[in-house]
Amino acid sequence: MTAKTTVSGVAFDAQGDRNDTDRRDAAMQGFVRDFARTAAIHMESCVRCGMCATACQYYVTTGDPKYTPINKLRPFEQAYHRHVGPFAPLYRLLGIKSNVSIDMLQEWEALLYDACSLCGRCTLACPMGIDISELIKEARHGMYKAGLVPDRLELMDRTTKAWGSPATPADDFSDIIREAGEENGVPVNVDLPKADYVVTTAPAELTEHTKALTDVAKILNKIGASWTYSSAGFEASNIGYINGDVELQEKMTRKMIDNAIAVGAHTLILPECGHAYGAARWEASRWYGREIPLRIIHMTEFLGEVVQSGKIKLKKIGESTSFHDPCQLVRRGGVNDAPRAVLKALGLELKELEDHGALGWCCGGGGGVVSNTRADPLRFKAFELKRKQVEDANAQHFVTACGQCRITLTLGAKHFKWDQKVESLLELVADNLQD
Amino acid sequence: MDLLAFARGPALTFATAIFVAGTLWRLVGVLALPPWRDLSPAREGAPPNWLGAIETVFRKMIPHKTFLKAGMFTTVNGYVFHIGLALCVFAFAPHILFLKSLFGFSWPGLPNGFIFGVGALTAASLVAALAYRLTSPVLKLISRADDYVSWLLTFLPVVTGLAAASHIGARYEMLLALHVLSICAFLIWFPFGKLMHAFLFVFSRGATGARFRHRGAQL
Repeated sequence: MTAKTTVSGVAFDAQGDRNDTDRRDAAMQGFVRDFARTAAIHMESCVRCGMCATACQYYVTTGDPKYTPINKLRPFEQAYHRHVGPFAPLYRLLGIKSNVSIDMLQEWEALLYDACSLCGRCTLACPMGIDISELIKEARHGMYKAGLVPDRLELMDRTTKAWGSPATPADDFSDIIREAGEENGVPVNVDLPKADYVVTTAPAELTEHTKALTDVAKILNKIGASWTYSSAGFEASNIGYINGDVELQEKMTRKMIDNAIAVGAHTLILPECGHAYGAARWEASRWYGREIPLRIIHMTEFLGEVVQSGKIKLKKIGESTSFHDPCQLVRRGGVNDAPRAVLKALGLELKELEDHGALGWCCGGGGGVVSNTRADPLRFKAFELKRKQVEDANAQHFVTACGQCRITLTLGAKHFKWDQKVESLLELVADNLQD
Repeated sequence: MDLLAFARGPALTFATAIFVAGTLWRLVGVLALPPWRDLSPAREGAPPNWLGAIETVFRKMIPHKTFLKAGMFTTVNGYVFHIGLALCVFAFAPHILFLKSLFGFSWPGLPNGFIFGVGALTAASLVAALAYRLTSPVLKLISRADDYVSWLLTFLPVVTGLAAASHIGARYEMLLALHVLSICAFLIWFPFGKLMHAFLFVFSRGATGARFRHRGAQL
């Protein structure tokens, strides 16, 4: 791995020892394999109105036009028109659309990974309805193939391949769960051969937020559920999905779901992680070619179910709160009502942020940005938007339902020496269960 | 054969052939690509995909308030010239007569003087759109040659139409010939550039609408 700089001074990382032509060709193959019908329609439809810029936190907070979302797709777009589009043979014959150069790919690495959290706010702003965020995720497939990924993200990729998780070796997983159970005084189940619910985790729970491991156990025990964690399929965050490593995405998806099927679970509970929801709830069936024979739900949906069905009763906190909507869960996942229902059940008066629900601003760290330390300065700029809206809401609590958002927001608060605690919805529920 | 006869005859026939064939080629070329079949179970209460798509085609006509603040000019000016163009093309009596000769049916038009005013406003709106494209750092960066060619080939029929209607600048027959030739150029370019959004917007919005509404997400 080598950290380099482009002619214009943009930092990029490159993995592997390949010549430029091989690298570029690999990117082209990665780009081209993704042009299914919807992606092609969207590549054809841009009218270059610039409305997407108004939705992007990185453009809005810096004013730099290069962060205009559609601009981040330029190499992908060029590859499409040269190799896939209906007039591709004509363009190649006339030399109208040139091939993507290695310089361009290196230049765009930071735009695709550092300056896009895959939050999808631009999709809502686009008058043509182009799902720019999805296209950027697909463009990352080619970048990964070319070995042009931020080193920090690639490291997580390699770690996941070796360990089965970017956070901890799978061999240590059961010990971590048992230790968390002992430390918090909560009975935990791990590696049971059969269970109705299989609970999965993201790196945040295995590092910063270990209490979450027993918070969910506490609730499942409370409702008398048959449940287990499984060393054979616990990792849900799916770094392959974020990095553009489709082989790893498929492997991690299959591992997690095959395990849940083997355990005989009717429900797989995803952790408080936004991207896990995108990868498993909406994309898992892509790898199976059929519907997955079990329910896949986010922790927030699970909380909503047990609260709204009356299976658990909660103590009323009786204060006010604002809520950060995780983009993959709410804007791109449609889980808007469940977190609000849970907050209500906790007796918290919800003071909505100025932009909330589907229109909420991203925490700034999604899509791997928070793990990509190279992007820290840009991430902190984006954080200013969220901080202002949280301060304006002036609530006593600030809650979210994604561990990565929570880490990003906490890092932002620490950077700006802003005394604002970021709380987890799951933790609030677990801490306020009625006996 | 004089210029007007050439414009109305072979030129328009050729341009129409390119327009129809090119448009079909581009649409089929995209729509014939294999879809990625979404086999994830829909959110409870989600509309069927076709309904989510149609809802979104209409929903996307008005931007969210939060985006409207920064995109006010783009939105309002966009509406002005799109509606203006539609009125000039479909509500001007001579155009209706021409279309009747092609399709065999007609509809009432608007007064010529009104359409002339609409045409002038449309031309001004298009000039404003170009000025914005040339001065906005975002638009300057993301614009391609297609944006300027498409602009020119939209603008020319409007100004030649205004000139022909007001008999300014040359003989009427010459102005009319130039007007028809400018439309020919528009039709020939249409399938190759962003003018195709006149058809593509339905598919583009619809595809995202189906994807999002399936998930229970709002657009």
